[in-house]
Amino acid sequence: MTTPRGAGSEPESVAAAPKARLVAVNDTTQFDEPDDDTPLYVPRRKIYPQRVTGTYRRIKWIVLLVTLGIYYGLPFVRWDRGPNAPGQAVLVDFPGSRFYFFFIELWPQEVYYFTGLLILAAMALFLMNAVAGRVWCGYLCPQTVWTDLFLAVERLVEGDRREHMRRDAGPWTAERLARAGVKHFLWLMIAWWTGGAWVLYFADAPTLVRDLATFQAPLIAYGWIGILTVTTYFLAGHLREQVCLYMCPWPRIQAALTDEHALNVTYRYDRGEPRNSLKKSEALRAKGEPVGDCIDCNQCVYVCPTGVDIRQGASLGCIQCGLCIDACDTVMAKIGRPARLIAYDTDLNIHRRQQGQPQRFDIVRMRTVLYAAVIAIVGGVMLYALATRTSESIAVIHDRNPMFVRLSDGAIRNAYTVRIVNKQLMSREFTLVVSGLPGATVEIAGAPPRADGRLMLAVGPDQTREFRVLVTSRSGALPPSVPVGFHIYDPATGERADTNNHFRGP
Amino acid sequence: MTDRTQPEFDSYTGTQTTGHEWDGIRELNTPLPRWWLWIFYATIVWSIGYWIVYPSWPLVASYTTGTFGWHSREAIVSDLAALKAQRGPLMDKLGAASAAEIASDPQLLDFARALGRPAFGDNCAPCHGPGGGGAKGYPNLNDDEWLWGGKLDDIEATIRHGIRSADPKTRLGSMPAFGRDNIMKRPEIEAAADHVLSMAGLPVGANANLTLGKQVFAAQCASCHGDDGKGKREVGAPNVTDSIWLYGADRAAIVDGIWNGRGAVMPAWAGRLDDTTIKALTVYVHTLGGGER
Repeated sequence: MTTPRGAGSEPESVAAAPKARLVAVNDTTQFDEPDDDTPLYVPRRKIYPQRVTGTYRRIKWIVLLVTLGIYYGLPFVRWDRGPNAPGQAVLVDFPGSRFYFFFIELWPQEVYYFTGLLILAAMALFLMNAVAGRVWCGYLCPQTVWTDLFLAVERLVEGDRREHMRRDAGPWTAERLARAGVKHFLWLMIAWWTGGAWVLYFADAPTLVRDLATFQAPLIAYGWIGILTVTTYFLAGHLREQVCLYMCPWPRIQAALTDEHALNVTYRYDRGEPRNSLKKSEALRAKGEPVGDCIDCNQCVYVCPTGVDIRQGASLGCIQCGLCIDACDTVMAKIGRPARLIAYDTDLNIHRRQQGQPQRFDIVRMRTVLYAAVIAIVGGVMLYALATRTSESIAVIHDRNPMFVRLSDGAIRNAYTVRIVNKQLMSREFTLVVSGLPGATVEIAGAPPRADGRLMLAVGPDQTREFRVLVTSRSGALPPSVPVGFHIYDPATGERADTNNHFRGP
Repeated sequence: MTDRTQPEFDSYTGTQTTGHEWDGIRELNTPLPRWWLWIFYATIVWSIGYWIVYPSWPLVASYTTGTFGWHSREAIVSDLAALKAQRGPLMDKLGAASAAEIASDPQLLDFARALGRPAFGDNCAPCHGPGGGGAKGYPNLNDDEWLWGGKLDDIEATIRHGIRSADPKTRLGSMPAFGRDNIMKRPEIEAAADHVLSMAGLPVGANANLTLGKQVFAAQCASCHGDDGKGKREVGAPNVTDSIWLYGADRAAIVDGIWNGRGAVMPAWAGRLDDTTIKALTVYVHTLGGGER
């Protein structure tokens, strides 16, 4: 135990501390008799996170307002696309099988863009982790954000930690009942609003809100609102930290992905230990004896939303939200000691300080550079794909049975199914040209040529259309297979699309 | 084995161990939360609900049907009804339009073709092939030769009433068995076949009696196939001068046709298929490639 590595490592001083300190979140010994019959299931330990103010609390409030603001408000943002497409900025249109995001409109066959987004999301998560640990868990995860909101409501209605604990320990009075009722009502209202906002991403939001209010909306909308109301209410109101401790895979993956240079919310035990009560600390300090800044006030534990003791080091339960930093800073200010006894730091730096070496903050290192590079490359590829995305395309399938047809005059004809995609929001007409067979005639079943002999394929706005194209060759002897090209041009814009196929003969 | 009477604690994490040890690695005891257990019980209760509301338990001669009365067959029936309702307006439009009107309306044309394709696969493909490519004795519907006419109305009449079928309005016409029924002698038949080969531009044998052939053709064949051999659609007599040969373009096949006669049949589909499907099939076959205007 000379070099701590990884998030699971314990500070040396704590590892050497008496057993009684080492009470893990899921330690069962405090509930059960230490006998042979170890329990198969552990009861829940209720956590009453205390109110706290400070830098990180402020950051969390801002993140909460911004993320929830986007979530609840985005469906109402309008985006004019003209008469042939919905006017909602962000819309998942299942009946029309389209996804709209501001100026982007994706077709089902373009869902691979989401693969790129998923890679970007994973790499951003890894990069965050390499730079400053569980930034996602502490600030951005929906579970954290909604739990934070629900805890704020709980404190508002049932009082802060002490008041709430005292009331919970007492009998069920009318007041306690009323407060609990109000809290659960408010929770359900938030949860209901959350479910309501969710369905608005799948239909025109103002219309759906009106339909929902007048009970005209489809049953499925009410069903989804109900499901999400229940899940939000239980996950954010009741399960809270249990989601992070038992359900979420990310803490496990995160522990395997981190390294000793990643900043973590860290108790600087080099400064904090040996810890004593405030009085004893002052007495020892007066005598000039070694004394740490930690006065064992447990404020860091009281404010923790997952109930861990940060002084035991990084753990699976610690979502690294930084609220213990705020709590400790408040105490340090009161007792006149410097702030940031708990701070974003690394175990490596603690050891370096203990050995009198300068601190190191290696933000730029191999893994952060690699993650950033992958983000840049994938992002670049996606931008390129988006920028060069064409608004028309052509696909051709050769008839399989029969491969070719002999006409009464001996000519050979091949039939093709041609599908034209028009991704623009207006009707377009494309000129069809078949190359590679000099002298061949081209016909479109059901669409006679124009007076000037051009073959025009009309495709409606934002639609695809299939045509049966007949190519006839009268040039006599041909090889069994001749490569041919199918080309479409938009005469209005000059945009084109091409594909290849074959002309078969006997 | 560790002494099971004494709980053992991991010196590093302080967590109790299960007392199990493999190659020096001890298993920490991290029990599941109790709410997990309750959710597990809840899923069991939920599964009992399934038994009650859905068909589940086999009985001696039957099974428990469940209070919802759910049945996979009824689910299909309702799915089909929903599909029918979705297609409703276009189906009505298709039903009201004539085949010619369908062919001139791009939306109806696409719909009719989409409807006609599976109907063709279900009903016509066994004889005419999945793409209408035909086979020996079964006409290719992609080419431009039509025994009974290739206009929309002709095709619809053929589908509706069939060829040599039991339908009173069926297409009728017969190629007699000139040899088998002793109408012609073998040399006459062979000479007629040689004459047909020469009209079609196919190679003719050196000792062919084309003079006799021409006489026989004019006497026996021209009433249906025409003096010029271009055929007559009223009786389904094919053009014998072009490149398309339903039974093969060799002398033996032609001699066989004259000797034994021809008379392929097609069933009448009126009554078996509804009018809208027949209309869709008509348009689909017409657009396969050979449709005449």
